[in-house]
Amino acid sequence: MMSLNEFPILLIIMLSPVIGSVAVWFAPNGKAVKYIAAFFASISLALSILAYVSYGKAAAGMQFIFEIPWIEATGVSLSLGVDGISMPMVLLTAIILFCGVFVSWNVEDRPKEFFFYMLFLTGGVFGVFTARDLFLLFFFLELAVIPKFILINSWGSKYREYASMKYTLYLLAGSAVALIGIIAIFLYAADPVKGLGYYTFDIGTLASVNYDPAFQKSAFFMLLIGFGVLVPIFPLHRWTPDGHSAAPTAISMLLAGVIMKLGGYALIRVGIGFFPEGAQFWAPLIAVLASVNAVYIAMVAMVQHDIKYVVANSSISHMGYVLIGIASLNTVSIDGAVGQMFAHGIMAALFFALVGNIYDKTHTRELSHFGGLAHQMPRVAAAFLIAGLASLGLPGLYNFVSEFAIFTGSIQVFPVPAVISIFAIVVTAIYVLRVVRQTFFGPRDPRWDELQDAKGVEMVPIVVLCATLFLFGVFPSLIMDMIDGGVAPLAEKFADLKIGGIF
Amino acid sequence: MDFRVVILEIAVAILGIVLLATGLLLPGSKKRANGLITAAVLTGLLVYSFTDSGAADGEFLMGLYSADSMTLYFKQLFMIAAIFVTVMSLTSTARFKENGGEYFSLLVFALLGMMVMVSANDFLTLYVGLELMTISFVILTAFDRSSLKSAEAGTKYVLLSAMSSAVLLYGLSLFYGLSGSTEFEGFAACAQSGSAGPMFTVAVILLLSGLGFKISAVPFHMWAPDIYEGAPTPITAFLATGSKAASFAVLIRMLTLMLEDNYAVFAGILIVLAVLTMIVGNLIAIPQKNIKRMLAYSSIAHAGYILLGLVAFTDAGVSAMLFYIFIYIFANLGAFSSVIALSDSTGSDEIEAFRGMWKRSPLITAVLMISLLSMAGIPPAAGFIGKFYLFASIVNQGYVWLALLAIGMSVVSVYYYIMVIRVMLAPVPENAEKISVAPSHKLVMTTAAAVTLFLGIWAAPLTDWTNQVIAAFVR
Repeated sequence: MMSLNEFPILLIIMLSPVIGSVAVWFAPNGKAVKYIAAFFASISLALSILAYVSYGKAAAGMQFIFEIPWIEATGVSLSLGVDGISMPMVLLTAIILFCGVFVSWNVEDRPKEFFFYMLFLTGGVFGVFTARDLFLLFFFLELAVIPKFILINSWGSKYREYASMKYTLYLLAGSAVALIGIIAIFLYAADPVKGLGYYTFDIGTLASVNYDPAFQKSAFFMLLIGFGVLVPIFPLHRWTPDGHSAAPTAISMLLAGVIMKLGGYALIRVGIGFFPEGAQFWAPLIAVLASVNAVYIAMVAMVQHDIKYVVANSSISHMGYVLIGIASLNTVSIDGAVGQMFAHGIMAALFFALVGNIYDKTHTRELSHFGGLAHQMPRVAAAFLIAGLASLGLPGLYNFVSEFAIFTGSIQVFPVPAVISIFAIVVTAIYVLRVVRQTFFGPRDPRWDELQDAKGVEMVPIVVLCATLFLFGVFPSLIMDMIDGGVAPLAEKFADLKIGGIF
Repeated sequence: MDFRVVILEIAVAILGIVLLATGLLLPGSKKRANGLITAAVLTGLLVYSFTDSGAADGEFLMGLYSADSMTLYFKQLFMIAAIFVTVMSLTSTARFKENGGEYFSLLVFALLGMMVMVSANDFLTLYVGLELMTISFVILTAFDRSSLKSAEAGTKYVLLSAMSSAVLLYGLSLFYGLSGSTEFEGFAACAQSGSAGPMFTVAVILLLSGLGFKISAVPFHMWAPDIYEGAPTPITAFLATGSKAASFAVLIRMLTLMLEDNYAVFAGILIVLAVLTMIVGNLIAIPQKNIKRMLAYSSIAHAGYILLGLVAFTDAGVSAMLFYIFIYIFANLGAFSSVIALSDSTGSDEIEAFRGMWKRSPLITAVLMISLLSMAGIPPAAGFIGKFYLFASIVNQGYVWLALLAIGMSVVSVYYYIMVIRVMLAPVPENAEKISVAPSHKLVMTTAAAVTLFLGIWAAPLTDWTNQVIAAFVR
């Protein structure tokens, strides 16, 4: 068998959806479109699992490296690779894409265009997670913006025009600031005195440059704003509830499951990886904003009337945990943050898939319209309960493991924000159980007697996502060891800076 | 005298004269043939220009005229734009009836004017080229006799460009007074002598105003929207691409001669021009309802971005300008050809006329979307890389605030570009018919979009090309 290190596995994972999008474009109308989309999504998923399993945890570091020069004059190269941080993200993207295709199985309105944009968008997301080149990373980040605008704008539900425009302008404004930061890094590194003296965008090389502290502070701040919009960090989160709620189901899954993680990932990879001192300087601010994210937005979720808005707000609240994990700057907390990105991605996708399923059948998302749905839709109710329990951090599900790691790591560094954030779990329990009670429990409502429970292809995403949560919840070492290997080199940078407790 | 230096110009001049004759000889229904001849000959010349290095090196008529890597680069750009515009015009000639023959001849003379402008090494030669271009454009702008707007646009253009020419000439006369020579060498010498006093500053400002009119930099932009809207759309496309690129070429040539020693004096003026142009162009583009007006304001805004390369005034900055102009030309050709394809079929240039275009013509939707995304600077379209180079070049010179402003304005521009995309993707209105696109438009549209996409995904060839041009130009 050909060695995996020679086989451009990451390139194929990334290109498979892109090729799929072109294939969809030329496919005849009808069912064929969906089979083609499912086929290319399966290739990405299968190869991602293969890469995940064969990733050498002992060796850690960047693996499956693929590199060809792209724009030599400016030092850009098409350079791909994954380490312990990006490998789980690639797997997450593949899983959600795969589930998203099945969730969208019943899209009737322009299915061809829908799958075209969806696959194209996912190609961009894979690109961000596998890029070892800063230019490429930003390129792919921008690549994903417009397909999402079109998807929300054309296939979304109420307020879609408003939401899609708001989303696009927020994200582009954020990336404008990040772009300046990236240009500044690039030029600093190219400086013959302070930096390397030649043009390069290679992330590994750029991370090894010694940036002076003043530069670190300003550049990190730009990246924080730029990528913070994506995360989203309070108060830059305003696009999220509208965007997530207006998007069609599969796109909400991608938005909450993957797109938000792009911000967290880029913040870890570029922000912390390049600027340990800058990160240390801004960490208290991030920690405070993160606790606002976690608690305040959880309270906002508590008072929503629309299930999708509850779930969308819960996503922001959970990303607060990720942020506080990142801010604490030690191995355990960042391990937890990366783990939480994975766990929340799966959980949010499950939530949105279920909400979409209910909405497709009932054509309403108002909490007050529901009641006793567990009688008619026992499978959906069970899965929703699993997602809800994952959300409030029940042991046995993977979210518990990552949240535990985040708070163990952060409580020694930022005790007050950490304790406040832990309080968010209580609020989460309130709003999750409120939704579960309102929607599924209670006496049978004859109004909904006609409803069909999830079955057939609808079960694919539910089963896959629930199984993933359980698998990593029961065997956390399957993923935590890998993440740990990726985070360790970052944490070494902080060892000298006397921040964070290193275990 | 080495005639190879001017061989392209000679060929283009002959072509223009021949077209004038064939235009008279051809019967009304066959005027189209003139367009085909133009496109074929220009394509041949374009290919030839890549093979003959003589056109990129040397002087003619004792330095009145000079050719180097950059003049050749721009001449190739003008020829590309002219070829595209010619093919775009093939469907319009039917509307121009008996005058159809002269149309292509004038187009070729406008092209000749641009080529003379960039190669001019003397104020008088420069002025002759500039006026040849301008007067050809005046006639072309007013060419659509059936349209009142076209006549109005022609009148406006002749009056306003006469004024700007006057300002430019006055500036040039001051240079002559200072240096006693009409050659660029004399001009460069008087910039270097250290005695570049207030008169020199006034003259440069007048020069910037004259050329600022042509590149439609704010505050000299007022003409652009009306004339872009009124002119026949292929001519609008040529104004937005060829005319603007030619004026930028002259700006680059003249400013590189004098900016070195006077950067402190003129950087401020250039920054003010660039900032005003970006802000005003982008903000006024937002409420536009007519796509040609919207593209006019967007092209004003783009002039602002391109000026940033001169603010940086480094090899990287000028190279980024060349890169950006190339991409800007293709994005505009794609956008305007889509507009022509639509108005050929519906007679409307309103943005609202694009409603439901995804169903009515997927080709127009795709091409216009790619072109607008390129202007907005969003990958995978090439504009992203162009903006990256431009902004990197000014950040490198320490103008971080300026880069932030430019990128911020670029985000603003996304708003009005995606408003068009949104209209195109909206549900199809009732009684909206399908749109059939003429084969010649299909060719232009797909080529422009393909180039934009290709360079967005693989920018190395153009990057290397512009870098080589600059390396050879600076020497």
